[in-house]
Amino acid sequence: MKILEGSRAIAETINNIGPEVVSAYPITPQTHIVEDLAKLKADGLADYEYVRAESEFAAISIVEGAAAMGVRTYTATSSQGLLLMTEVLFNVAGMRLPMVLTCANRAVSAPINIWNDQQDAVTMRDSGWLMWFGEDNQEVCDLHILAYKVAEKLALPVMVNLDGFVLTHVVEPVEIESPAKIKKFLPRYKPQAVLDVKKPLTFGAFATPAHYFEIRQELHDDIVSSQKVIKSEMKKFKEIFGRQLGLIEYYGDKNAEIVIVAMGSVIGTIKDVADKLKKFGKKIGVLKVVSLRPFPDEEIIKALIKAKNIAVIDKSVSLGTEGILATEIRRALYGDKKKVVSYVMGLGGRDITEKMIEGIYSGIKKENKKVVLAGK
Amino acid sequence: MPQKSKYKAPLAHLVNPGHSACAGCGMIIASRLVLDAAGKNTIVTNATGCSEVTTTQYPMTAFKIPWIHSLFENPASLASGISAVLRKRGQEDKINVIAIGGDGATFDIGLGNISGMWERGDNVLYVCYDNEAYQNTGYQSSGATPLNAHTTTTPAGTKSFGSQLPKKNMIEIALAHNLPYVATATVGYPLDVIDKVKKTLAIKGPKYLQIYCPCVPGWGIEPKDTVKVSKLAVNSGFYPIVEFINGQLARKMTISKQEPVENFLKIQKRFKHLFASPGGQKEIARLQVIADYNIKKFGLI
Ligand SMILES: Cc1ncc(C[n+]2csc(CCOP(=O)(O)OP(=O)(O)O)c2C)c(N)n1
Ligand SMILES: [Mg+2]
Repeated sequence: MKILEGSRAIAETINNIGPEVVSAYPITPQTHIVEDLAKLKADGLADYEYVRAESEFAAISIVEGAAAMGVRTYTATSSQGLLLMTEVLFNVAGMRLPMVLTCANRAVSAPINIWNDQQDAVTMRDSGWLMWFGEDNQEVCDLHILAYKVAEKLALPVMVNLDGFVLTHVVEPVEIESPAKIKKFLPRYKPQAVLDVKKPLTFGAFATPAHYFEIRQELHDDIVSSQKVIKSEMKKFKEIFGRQLGLIEYYGDKNAEIVIVAMGSVIGTIKDVADKLKKFGKKIGVLKVVSLRPFPDEEIIKALIKAKNIAVIDKSVSLGTEGILATEIRRALYGDKKKVVSYVMGLGGRDITEKMIEGIYSGIKKENKKVVLAGK
Repeated sequence: MPQKSKYKAPLAHLVNPGHSACAGCGMIIASRLVLDAAGKNTIVTNATGCSEVTTTQYPMTAFKIPWIHSLFENPASLASGISAVLRKRGQEDKINVIAIGGDGATFDIGLGNISGMWERGDNVLYVCYDNEAYQNTGYQSSGATPLNAHTTTTPAGTKSFGSQLPKKNMIEIALAHNLPYVATATVGYPLDVIDKVKKTLAIKGPKYLQIYCPCVPGWGIEPKDTVKVSKLAVNSGFYPIVEFINGQLARKMTISKQEPVENFLKIQKRFKHLFASPGGQKEIARLQVIADYNIKKFGLI
């Protein structure tokens, strides 16, 4: 166990996972991760090629080229950087290149704002990437190890998200797994198709209406069925590393009628509130959604079976409608009579306090709006 | 005694027949020349455009080398990533990496990515097939479109002679990156293309080759005139064929008898409006000035 900054923990974990090519472009709050990776290389402690890119668009394209050669790659970004990558993100998923990207979640411009929310990541929801959100730095590091395993097994790219500053810049104890132990879980990468002069293949052909549909359908089906593989890998992860990961996690009273649903570090605050309320004999459940893609509908339906009033906290908003996680929860629960309220909070780094969470608990029954933008 | 033909059987090329390029397409000739000259130990990254869309309709491919297309603007970045892997494997000197893009991909939308790759010094040959417009999307103008050319976004009309902007000087941009090799060529002189590809691939580092490729429908020429138009472009001075090694002009294709630019213009529909109005003559004269300037600048006569 080491006590270190979240970014450092990620960098060391990535180095121990052993990518062959790393390429990135700096943007707050991702910077410390890619600086640490550069320093590890400069100090002779890393084996990867570190390719300095002239933009995020280039950075992800560089790792895309490397991935097509059949090697493990890594890149990280935030906010505007992720948006600049958009076109390539969709392309990578369509090409079925297994890649792992860290997004240090940050608000998007305008107004320009470097602080945390999750608008950047959720905006990429339909790109074909698996998208996971960690609650603390241990979980974030663990999700990275899992991400490579799942990506390489299913030929799907994985984006691991963590809240910018709240996690990237926070110092806490993290178990940094050794290369040897990681190797037990994540063996050498054996790619299925690569650019090779001995066996020439064509990557990125265009597809006419006669073929495009089935190719996209296959991607969709594989994302849906990835849940099974992810869960079985989580079991193996537990056996080797002793920590339980999940697509979701339910915390608190199993019979609670009020359940708060969220993603990322805010879950810590909500759990604290739940503990506090419990002392006063009040029942509240907390549902952490780790995986936005694949979206574990069945598990969520089961976890919310007793819930009557569901508050979904989003650090993002699909402008003009509601929080993106809220929409997903409503969709999963469609046909059920449960009350679901979308609380959009924490945009652009606004604090989400315990008091605000308590307010949701005490107010949701009487709340008659479907969507509440709660800045205070 | 049967003579050994100097021509390859169609399937012996690395770009196979069966592609859907137009009859007389300059780009497909360039692709074939470049890949045959580079040989089998080559990995290609390709931009979106005619070179991709005519060759790789799923589930078919015209290529017999490993080939990847991702997007319009990123073949240079993909090549950097591939080059990084080869460097790590110690295979940099054994396998060629060639990035291919049209003029739109090169002069315009992918320029930043190309600049990044050049700055990093990656061991990649970037080949631009210059057909002077976004031909794949229906002949719209690009930064490579010459002055006074009609394109669908710089149409000639009663108030316009077509493109109002001169061609962007991509060669100077390449030279500003201190590349060890920068050259132009044209499918009008195929042996020169082959020669340049072989020569440049022997040089380690980032390289740029810009190949002038007439576009039959975009320029409004006869399929049989691809070579003729290319030669007229060179011999009028309109498209100088030059070669720079370490920034110094090392070779140039000289002109024995300068063709008037008019001869080059008049067999292309994209310039036909210049012959339809009195003001057009003035514009032709402006184009002649550009050709004369090139001849003087590079000492082509
Ligand atoms: C980001 C993006 N913008 C626009 C396009 C549409 N597009 C596809 S090919 C092309 C033109 C390519 O021009 P060029 O590079 O000169 O190649 P050519 O078509 O002449 O072969 C355009 C505009 C695209 N695919 N991607
Ligand atoms: Mg073009």
